[in-house]
Amino acid sequence: MTRSAWRMNPRQQLPEVRLRGLAAATPLRQDGGRCCPGLRYSMGMVMKSRLGVREGGLWAVVAAISIACLPCLPAAVPAQTAPPAAARPVVVASKPFGESYLLAEMFAQVMEARGIGVQRRFGLGATEIAFGALRTGAIDVYPEYTGTGLTAILHQQPQGDARAVFGRVSRDFEARWGVHWLPPLGFENTYAIAVRRETARRYGLRTLSDLARAAPQLTAGFTPDFIGRPDGLPGLAKAYGLKPRAVRSLVQAVKYRALAEGAVDVVDGYSTDGLLAKYDLVVLEDDRAFFPPYEAAAMVGPRLWRDSPAAIAALSRLSGRLDVAKMRELNRRVEVDGRPVAVVAREALAEMGILASARVVGVDNAYPHDQSFAEFMWARRGELLADTLRHLLLVLVSLLAAVAVAVPIGVMLERARPSAAEGAIRGAGVLQTIPSIALLAFMIPLLGIGIVPALVALWLYSLYPILRNTYSGVRDADASATEAARALGMSPRQVLRHVRLPLAAPSIMAGIRTAAVIDVGTATLAAFIGAGGLGDPIVAGLALTDSRMILSGAIPAALLALLVDAALGVAERAVRPRGVTAGR
Amino acid sequence: MTADRVALSADGVSKRYGGSVALDSVSLEVAAGECVALVGESGSGKTTLLRCFNRMTEWDSGTVRVDGEDAAALDPVELRRRVGYVPQEGGLLPHWTVLRNAALVPWLRGDAGAEAAAAGALARVGLPAAQYGGRWPRELSGGQRQRVAIARSLAASPTIMLLDEPFGALDAITRAELQTVFDELRRATGITAVFVTHDLHEAALLADRVAVLRRGRIEQVAPPAELVAHPATDYVRDLLARARMVGA
Repeated sequence: MTRSAWRMNPRQQLPEVRLRGLAAATPLRQDGGRCCPGLRYSMGMVMKSRLGVREGGLWAVVAAISIACLPCLPAAVPAQTAPPAAARPVVVASKPFGESYLLAEMFAQVMEARGIGVQRRFGLGATEIAFGALRTGAIDVYPEYTGTGLTAILHQQPQGDARAVFGRVSRDFEARWGVHWLPPLGFENTYAIAVRRETARRYGLRTLSDLARAAPQLTAGFTPDFIGRPDGLPGLAKAYGLKPRAVRSLVQAVKYRALAEGAVDVVDGYSTDGLLAKYDLVVLEDDRAFFPPYEAAAMVGPRLWRDSPAAIAALSRLSGRLDVAKMRELNRRVEVDGRPVAVVAREALAEMGILASARVVGVDNAYPHDQSFAEFMWARRGELLADTLRHLLLVLVSLLAAVAVAVPIGVMLERARPSAAEGAIRGAGVLQTIPSIALLAFMIPLLGIGIVPALVALWLYSLYPILRNTYSGVRDADASATEAARALGMSPRQVLRHVRLPLAAPSIMAGIRTAAVIDVGTATLAAFIGAGGLGDPIVAGLALTDSRMILSGAIPAALLALLVDAALGVAERAVRPRGVTAGR
Repeated sequence: MTADRVALSADGVSKRYGGSVALDSVSLEVAAGECVALVGESGSGKTTLLRCFNRMTEWDSGTVRVDGEDAAALDPVELRRRVGYVPQEGGLLPHWTVLRNAALVPWLRGDAGAEAAAAGALARVGLPAAQYGGRWPRELSGGQRQRVAIARSLAASPTIMLLDEPFGALDAITRAELQTVFDELRRATGITAVFVTHDLHEAALLADRVAVLRRGRIEQVAPPAELVAHPATDYVRDLLARARMVGA
């Protein structure tokens, strides 16, 4: 399915969309089709090893997982590898918030209307990931804001009027990266610092200067992005001397509710947020003109600019066509009314006269709000299954690769000096401390976006628990038994194969199990670099403040974690040598 | 007892661990069929000396001979399969059955009748394979585990066996039983045995000769009766006195 498909009713899609949707879904179906029998086979091996093979049990499990996963590998690679240039669709991306989804969907639809093939990669991590992907050619276009380009990417001080900022980013982006800003869409979406109407009345707040006076009595809830950016809290604090009593880090999806419920008193929003009206909030005036202009525009990568004038022409039809009132209205339809992004985008294009026919009858009821959660899940079962299989594929392939590397290294480290072994394992442990978003962002220049960097990141995170448990298990295997085996004439290799490894098998398996459960959780973040999986509905749900959609990803992910844990628990018992009690 | 042929010998063997001396030019000959006890306090070097005979410890200087061959020139793995070994706590492989444990050395040597040899050895230590062969080590008592360890060291019919405090971890009654089992086996097979103990009574009961070690040197080697009658040094006299084997 295409990335935005969860908002569409599959039955109601236009024929061209449905065709592409099927094409995109095919590799997934193949993965799934190949994975399931393989999995069943691996479980069969586990059971067999329990009955017959004793110390071979661990290897039977590892071999079974390999057999189960090998067919998935060739299917996984084509999902990333770019097709030949001629057939390559334009990759349209968005950042993980509602307006970015909506604008990206509009980009996609104006190009599709001109017969240009489009691939959607919505909800990419944040500015660094989306821009990194654009710069390196992993995506072709996404909606960005000039002020963000100036401050977060060029690292310049906020300055000048809208025209000056646009000129500056146009010039610098082209010179440094060959990236082009199309003429702005026509509205600004600047930061809007908002308070409850009652708070504004009590403290007499109208401007940010007023807020600075009252701030010591107020608790702020800002997005992590805003807290860190130079044009966010740090700059604001300096420009206005703003010092709230406390600052809480809140994600986009919960901050308005937190404000409405009184958990915080001040939030950062966007001037086009559809939710400002819903919660009856007061936006404070930026009386010292601190925030730079944030004009929205399509940002286009070097390859698309060079190779596809038709796509540029199609995208340029949107320039200057949206104003702030229109955008707020469109955002409201998505964020407040909960209507599908694809539908709202099509309506908007029709209302602007860009696309002729707008109404697709009945689409509004794709996932009606009065539907129960169970009905919602059932209606999305196809996408959920595809997301779940994709998720499982990410976990299995990365886990298998980690087993293939970490188990032999863990075994070899047993022969090394303890201090050297500890050092090597701590090195793997340090990988664990790299925040996943940072790790994913680092990988874009090397591996682009999509399934490959996600697999590499999950692989890196899986190494430590497996390495640690393998090393400890092999090293700590019953000392008197290993010593006696050696004294009675086992060669070092025989001691390893017949004594240390069988005795370490449960510990190694426990490490694999830990890594697998961590992987299932971490793999939800793969959605930030367009690798799909159950993170897709979670990221989209967070962006579109749709808790049903968040849960439709989070619940299967939790169930998957339980299932993987239980299955590997069975494997762990199966590889435990008979004669060794569970307490050891 | 054919006391003329030397089964094991150490000649001027020294071993240091970092700054501490474990063996200081030790010389000892063990005749074929003889049973020698190595006695001493912790750190006296008695276990280090025992482990030189199957190259579990590599000595720094001196010569160790096994059946007349220079042990340093032998492949250590082959050497260990030739020499029986019983560690203090049995050291049974916990994931192997009793029978498989007992069959370890014949199996390593690729002997065809490994399990039959193991069953025979188990029978000799009073654990018939039909009843005990399929059990796991953790299902046995400490004394039974030690019997299996002895059977394991005998299954390949070695001519030499080394025992490292073989009965040290057992209660008094079980220890007396095992001592009897060991003594009878040794006399029946005529095997050469060297065992480490800190118990002079045990040494006197089981050994033809007792070697007393102190700080890496041999104080005296003598049959038990002579050791009691003529302690060569004050240290040996003290040791005997503490064991209440002579008046202080």
